[in-house]
Formats: sequence, C-alpha cells, structure tokens
Amino acid sequence: MKPIATTRSATGIPTGRLAVWWLIASEIVIFGGLLASYVMHRIGHAEFGDYAAHTNTWAGAFNTLVLLTSSLSAVLAHEAAEKGQGPRAARMLLFTILGGAVFLIVKSFEWTAEIRAGYTLATNMFWSFYYTAAGLHALHVIAGMVAMAFVARDAFSNRELQRVELVGNYWHFVDIVWIFLFPLLYIAK
Amino acid sequence: MAQPANQEAPGSGTRQSETLAPPAGHGEHEGFFKKYLFSTDHKAIAKQYLFTGMFMGLIGAFMAYTFRFQLAFPGSHVPGFGVVSPNEYNALVTNHGSIMVFWVAMPVLIAAFGNYLIPLMLGCDDMAFPRLNRLSYQVFFLSVVVLLISLFVPGGGFGGAWTAYPPLSSKAEYSLTPLGSTLWLVAVALEFVAFLIGGINFVTTTMNSRAPGMKLYDIPIVVWMIVIASLVFMASVGPLVAGAVMLLFDQLFGTAFYDPARGGDPLLWQHLFWFFGHPEVYVVLLPACGIVAEVITVFSRKKLFGYKTVLYTAIATGIVSFFVWAHHQFVAGIDPRMANVFTATTVIISLPVAEMVFVLVATLYGGSIKLTTPMLWALAFIAEFIIGGVTGLFLGASGSDIYLHDTYFVLAHFHYTFVPIAIIAVFAGLTYWFPKMFGRHMNETLGKIHFWGTIIPFNSIFIPLFLLGLAGQHRRIYSYEGFPELARPELQQLRIIATVSLIVMLCFQLVFLFNFVRSMFRGRIAERNPWKANTLEWVAASPPPHGNFETMPTVYRGPYEYSVPNRDEDYWPQNQPA
Repeated sequence: MKPIATTRSATGIPTGRLAVWWLIASEIVIFGGLLASYVMHRIGHAEFGDYAAHTNTWAGAFNTLVLLTSSLSAVLAHEAAEKGQGPRAARMLLFTILGGAVFLIVKSFEWTAEIRAGYTLATNMFWSFYYTAAGLHALHVIAGMVAMAFVARDAFSNRELQRVELVGNYWHFVDIVWIFLFPLLYIAK
Repeated sequence: MAQPANQEAPGSGTRQSETLAPPAGHGEHEGFFKKYLFSTDHKAIAKQYLFTGMFMGLIGAFMAYTFRFQLAFPGSHVPGFGVVSPNEYNALVTNHGSIMVFWVAMPVLIAAFGNYLIPLMLGCDDMAFPRLNRLSYQVFFLSVVVLLISLFVPGGGFGGAWTAYPPLSSKAEYSLTPLGSTLWLVAVALEFVAFLIGGINFVTTTMNSRAPGMKLYDIPIVVWMIVIASLVFMASVGPLVAGAVMLLFDQLFGTAFYDPARGGDPLLWQHLFWFFGHPEVYVVLLPACGIVAEVITVFSRKKLFGYKTVLYTAIATGIVSFFVWAHHQFVAGIDPRMANVFTATTVIISLPVAEMVFVLVATLYGGSIKLTTPMLWALAFIAEFIIGGVTGLFLGASGSDIYLHDTYFVLAHFHYTFVPIAIIAVFAGLTYWFPKMFGRHMNETLGKIHFWGTIIPFNSIFIPLFLLGLAGQHRRIYSYEGFPELARPELQQLRIIATVSLIVMLCFQLVFLFNFVRSMFRGRIAERNPWKANTLEWVAASPPPHGNFETMPTVYRGPYEYSVPNRDEDYWPQNQPA
C-alpha cells in the first residue's frame, strides 16, 4: 500500500512531473554557474578563441544533430505512452538511448584526438572549462540513459507509463544544455 | 517515483505490488534496522536527522571549546585535547564553522523539522517521495562519515576556513592538508546533494499532498518557511556545486581555475561561494523564524499578526538574498561602484527581516502570554537576533566594513545571527514539539535553568568579542602573543571572559541533554494537544503512529484562529468543522 501522501495532487499536476521540473531547475543553476564563470573568463580572454579553433566543430555539429534527433524519439515515446502503447514507447526510448550512446562514442573519439594533440584538462583555462563543462554534461547524458533504460523496461509491460514523459523532460534538458555548450565551446572563436 | 493521483484510479492495475512504505500500523513489527536505519517513515527520518545533527553539534561545540581555550590561554594544555598546534587550530576553526552550518543548522532546522512537521502539518501520512527521503538521509549520513574521516587523515583536517578561499584551499602546499581539504570538499558536496533531494521532496509534498480543504494560505508559516528556504537553497547552491567541481579539479588534476598565475581567478570562487553562502543565511533563518512564529502565536493565544505579511516578507527576503553576496568581498578588490550597489541591497534586505520581527512583536501585543520554556526561547530569538541584525548594518555598509572586515566584530555579528537561528530557535522548536515527538513532556524547571544558563553566557561570550573586534583584533590568528598591541592585558581579559562564558554555556547544555533523555523515557505522559494549538500535527496521537492519523483530516480554516470571539475555547483546530 502506498502512503496517501504519494497519491494526492492538490495542484492537479502529477507529483512526479513537479519533482522532475524542480530537479531540472536545480540542474539549470549548476550549469548556469559553470557557464557564467566560463563566459566571464571568455570575455576577458580573447585568446580563448584561438584555443577553441582546435576543437572539432564538425564532430560537435554531428553530435548536436544526434542529440536533437534523440529528443525527437523521446517525444514520440511520450506520444506513444499517452496512447497507452507501452512497447512502442519503450522502443522509442531505446532509440533515444542509442542516440545518447552515439553521442558519447563520438565524444570519446573527439577527446582522444584532442588529448593526443596535447590539449588536456590542465593545458590552460579554455581546455579546463571545455573538459569540465562537456564532462559534466556527458555525466548527465549517462544518467539520462540509465534512467531511460529503467523506464523503458517498465514501459515494455505497460507499467508506469507516466514516467516516459518525465524521463523525456529530463532528456530535453540535457539536450538544451548541449545547445548552449556547442556554440560556447566550439563555435565562438 | 510516485504515481500521481489524477492518473491512477484506485486498484487500476498499476503496479500495486510495489510497496513504498509499510501499511499503517505495521511500524511496530519491523526489525530494529528496518525501523531505524532504513525506514521510509518521515518521522523516523526526522529523528535520524535530529540525532545526527545533535551529535555533530557536540563535536562542533567541543571544537569551539578547544580553540577558545587556546585563545584565552595560549599554548597551554587544553583539558581533553592537549596542546593545540597552529595547524590543529586552523582545522578546528574551519571544521567548527563547517559543522555548525552544514551539519547542525541545516539537518536540524530544515531536514529534521521539515521532515517531522511537513507531513503532519499538512495532514498527510508521509512525504510525497518516501524512498527519496530515505536516500536523502543516507547521502547525508555518508557526508558525515566523510567529514569525520577528513579530520583524521595524514596532514589533519582541512584548515582553510569554512569559506575555503583559494589559494589556501586549492593548493596543498598552502593548506598543508592535501587529503583533508579534498575530503572536506567531497563531504560538503554530498551534503548539498542530500539537501537538494530533500528540498525537492519538501516542495513537491507541500504543493501536492496537502489535506483536502487546505488552501495555500491555510499552510502553517513554518511549513511555508521551510519550503521557501528549500527553494532558495535549490536556486543558490548550483553555482557552488559547479565551483566545487572546479576547486576539486584544481586540487587533484592541476587545473588553474582559481590560480591567477595561470589565467585563473581566485575571486571567482568567492563569488560562487557567497552567491550560495549569503542566501544560505536566509535558508536557515527562515525556518527559524517559522518555528518562532508558531511558538509565539500559540503562547500568546492570539492570531498571528499579518499572516500574509510574514509570507510575503519571507519571499522578499528569499529573492533579495540573491543580490547581497558581494558585501562579503568589499576588501577583496571588487569595483567600489559595485560595492555601493551591494551596500544598498544589503540595507534593503534588512527591511523584510525587520518587518518579520515587527510582526512577531505585534502578535505578542495584547496577547495572554504564557512564559513556558519554548516561549522563552522564542522571545530570546527575537531579542538576540535583533542584535545580530543591527550589527550587520555596520558590515553591510562598505565604508565601515573596510575597518571592521575580518575582525572579531564580524565573528560576533554572525554568531549573534547563527546562534539564535541554529541554537535558540532549535531549542524553541524542540521543547515545543517534544511532547508530539516523544509522547512525553520535558521538565519545565530544568528547561528554564537550561534557558537562562544558555542565554546569559551566550551574551557574555560574544559582547566581549564585539569589543575585541572594534579594538582591531583580526580573525584567524592562532595566538595573539606575537602582536603586542593585541596582547595587552585588558584585551586578553576579554578573551578570557568569552572563553569562561563558553565553558559555562557548554556545561549548561548537560542540563538539556539530561532533561531530553530523561523526559524521553520518564517524562509526564503528553496528551494529544498539550499546548491547545490549532495546527494538524496536534490532531494526531502523541507520538503519532506510522501513518500519522487515524482518519485523514480535512481542513476548514487557517492555522492561527486563536481567541476567536463568541467561542467557548480560545483555540479552533484546523480540522474542526465550523
């Protein structure tokens, strides 16, 4: 038996959805603090542009495309869940997880090449911010993939379908963070 | 994650097998470990937080005793510790500050009272996410373990002050505590995670799990305060989490985020730290004000003066608290024009806080005041906190701060705010809700002895420190013997007065501990509603069983309908039909 507290909804908004929004809000300020620190440094250091020239813009652009596409399948999963089509929602979520995996694989090749070229975490401030921000983001990608795997497992047997939307919201947030990271770290030269 | 109500018809085949918490009434049959270590019951978790916080409070107090003894009698053998070395002194003051803020004020004021009161006062049986709640405590417990370990690693505990300014905190060759500083940082980060999880739980529970009929303005002020505090915490801690990651990288991987020699900026940490650190003051202040408001209303037998005013001032405080942080950095080399702006915002934030004090005093006016132990603590909170607030004006104004910065005046000022918050208001809350928590009354005589034995020495600790600060005594000095003008006998006398007062105050805490433990087992049995209060926690049995209420209450009115004309009783519980 669940506690009555977990089944009430005084606002009319499902409690799970509220919690994910608050989670996203607290994550926004984490990335906000990091990116604001980066931007303040970027403004004061024109030479960051020269360092940014050594990033692989094409790999970043491809990853942006991959993440955006994976968000599309997260939306399709939500749509399927709304219609009660659990297995279809689960398949769509697996597609999203695949997108996350491709993103991470591309990133690992990118980082390997950059580290081989001598650009490591401690090379200079630009690369410190680059690895810290992208690394923190990659951790969120992994967390989102793990959460989606659990939700997809339940969705296959039509259980807890409301969670498909919640994990999708989180994934969109991860996606949007990348939308900020890509121009700030790769394009701004 | 919980199933929301509007998507689940009862028994509609949605995963009923998944049990979030044992059914009501089964709490007695669980094993010891299940009940006390892995319980999802909000009351058990609240007590875990409370006892952990009290335990950490004892450690923090012992640290204060140790370094105060060193300051009063430099180089002497401190009973129970030994001779304090300079490094040990640094570690003691650093961890005293960290423990009192992060491991006493936060867990007791927010987590313990929040967990205990929110479901009971909202008329529900648990938090919206009981398992997340348990996770929150477990992460917190882990942070305690990491912090305690950090005190005993080679090199000793972290000694770079609780604000952890780089380069002291980022470079091992400066702090001399390579392991201690990293473990300290990890402990603080874990503590933040615990309170983020807990805060999301508090906010969602208050939004969604209220009893039928309870509108937003029927929520008791203390619940509002904890919710606003959780939101302020949630919105302010993020940048510091990012900053902590950067500091960790500086310590471990040779990055230079805070190293000016390699393009970094030590001021960045100060901004990130105080962007969190100053709202944090209000994160702990607001729940303390909430507790005091509940106690003052009940023992004045009067409606809380200006419920909405209190609420709006709390929200205003929360918002303005994000725009005052740089008043900690007036001498750190920030632009003087920016210092002017932050002077203005700092003076502005005293307005809503002063408003709150006026509201509490107006609630007292004309009330039939009962000077019980919790009421004495609540009144002391107002009196002492005003001293803390007024002395803060001297520090908020950049002109006077330049003289007073980093002196004992600052130290005495924030102890006049933090002691009322984390000690005085907590005692008000503990003595007020003790009958509900443990089903027995505390001894009033011992309670009053403890009250006066705490309040009088508290003032005689910190008033001398104000004087020392005005005399120019710098903080963070291990022994003043090397500073002839600060080692003058009349100044040393003040240090000795403060230290002796501290020892007296700590001795009187034994009275409280004795009273607390004895009352838990031997105290007079408490009825359901011993104080004749209106809020819903007093509708439940004392102590409330698992599941809290026999029948879930419905709310008909606000929480402060005391002495309503033309009624026989001077109180009107929220769940009583008209």
